[in-house]
Amino acid sequence: MSFAFIDNVSLRFGQKVVLQNCTLEIKERAITCLIGMSGAGKSTILRLLNGLRKPDSGHVYVKGVDVCCMSDRELIQLRTNIGFSFQFAALFDSLTVGENVAMPLREHTKKSEAEIERLVEATLDSVGLNHITERMPSELSGGMLKRAGFARAVVNNPELVLYDEPTTGLDPIITHVLTDTIKRLRRQLDGTVVVVSHDLESIFAMADYIAMLFEGAIIEYGTVEDVKRSLNPIVQQFLQGSEVGPIPI
Amino acid sequence: MKVLDDVGDGTIGILEYAGGVATLSFDALSYLGRLKIRFGETLSQAYLLGVQSTTIVLLTSLFTGLVIAFESAQQATNYGVSTLVGGAVTYTTARELGPMLSAVVVAGRAGAAMAAELGSMVVTEQVEALEALGLSPVQQLVVPRLLAMIVMMPLLTILGDVIAILGGMWLARASAGISYDTFIQSARAYTPFGDFLKGMIKAMVFGVIIVIISCYQGLATRGGAAGVGKSTTAAVVTSIILIFATNFILSYLLFGATK
Repeated sequence: MSFAFIDNVSLRFGQKVVLQNCTLEIKERAITCLIGMSGAGKSTILRLLNGLRKPDSGHVYVKGVDVCCMSDRELIQLRTNIGFSFQFAALFDSLTVGENVAMPLREHTKKSEAEIERLVEATLDSVGLNHITERMPSELSGGMLKRAGFARAVVNNPELVLYDEPTTGLDPIITHVLTDTIKRLRRQLDGTVVVVSHDLESIFAMADYIAMLFEGAIIEYGTVEDVKRSLNPIVQQFLQGSEVGPIPI
Repeated sequence: MKVLDDVGDGTIGILEYAGGVATLSFDALSYLGRLKIRFGETLSQAYLLGVQSTTIVLLTSLFTGLVIAFESAQQATNYGVSTLVGGAVTYTTARELGPMLSAVVVAGRAGAAMAAELGSMVVTEQVEALEALGLSPVQQLVVPRLLAMIVMMPLLTILGDVIAILGGMWLARASAGISYDTFIQSARAYTPFGDFLKGMIKAMVFGVIIVIISCYQGLATRGGAAGVGKSTTAAVVTSIILIFATNFILSYLLFGATK
């Protein structure tokens, strides 16, 4: 059963075609990973799913409702139900880690301060960060920042969590920890996850489904084994990291 | 053809800028009108943008008051009309220099800070993160700054007026022997209290210009650190030009009938 559906979407930024007749199904309660060359439009797909970008043509359905036709109020409602973990965490640097993680709860719920503090502690604990609520984002390492970003994305139990390059630029051990964290959080929330990443090892470890974007369209979709066995030379060149093949370098 | 293209692009750019500024102003005023205000953040911004600008506003106002008094006292003494010095200093300060100088100084200090902060938030995806959390960047970032500046600019202007007049009064006595009583009587005779209030209205309008332009430039930042630098420069330059242009219009509207 699909949680979201991107239906024949096209999008340009100025003269640059980012997506062209792109269609993708996001299956419910599964981890779907988007792979593709830099600038292929992977992060744009995440932003289409929570309404941060509108397509030039086509439709984006989340739980059967067209995001493109939503009013501002409906978009706010949608976004409270979708967590977004940014590539560089995007924590608000004027707030402490605790205040960052508490923000969705303070702004969108009527929970008491005591309850919010308890949830913030529990969520930070679930991503392996203890006793850092009073620290500023500038005091954290790259891996800790990413995990604090994860905590902010999942603190209000969203049904869909979007991760933009969660392991980029991190060492193999932290990459492994973050990959495990994404899988564990998905199980805990029993929700749907979409991950954009270039880290193939991490993707193979967590993905239920993989979609490959090339020149604005999905050229391969399936389970990890399906994609590994793909006969598409573009997919094979990308998976092997080869300079030789149909992908222009 | 290239000239026509350039003119066309330039015109579209100006119209887009004006449209963007108008939309931001409307959104911010709409939140203010509906009292959707974050008071804690507003107080914090009042301190950062207003209180922390006090020293520079006081210093520039003081030296400006000293210069006006020095120039006018010398001339007035030569022509035997030293009783006009208090009026000259107070009149120019209350109507024009007080609000204008405060606004220009605040545009340079607080406007640049706002554009740089918001620009940095854009390039580090913090503004997009706000939207992803279902929050409005205008409500969260622009409205507190706007309200803080609407309150703080008139206060800064009054402080600047007072220090400029006091400085002028001291220098008029020190350089031309004009007594404090003569200075004050002249000031009261030539500058009605309403002029100070009108100066505060000007300051309030300048505050709105500084916030809207700086926030617009900040939120429109593209292209990393270089983009932040460009936005900051553009925010200060545009704010100052608009302050001067608006000052002319406001002077005409507020003081036109009495000139």
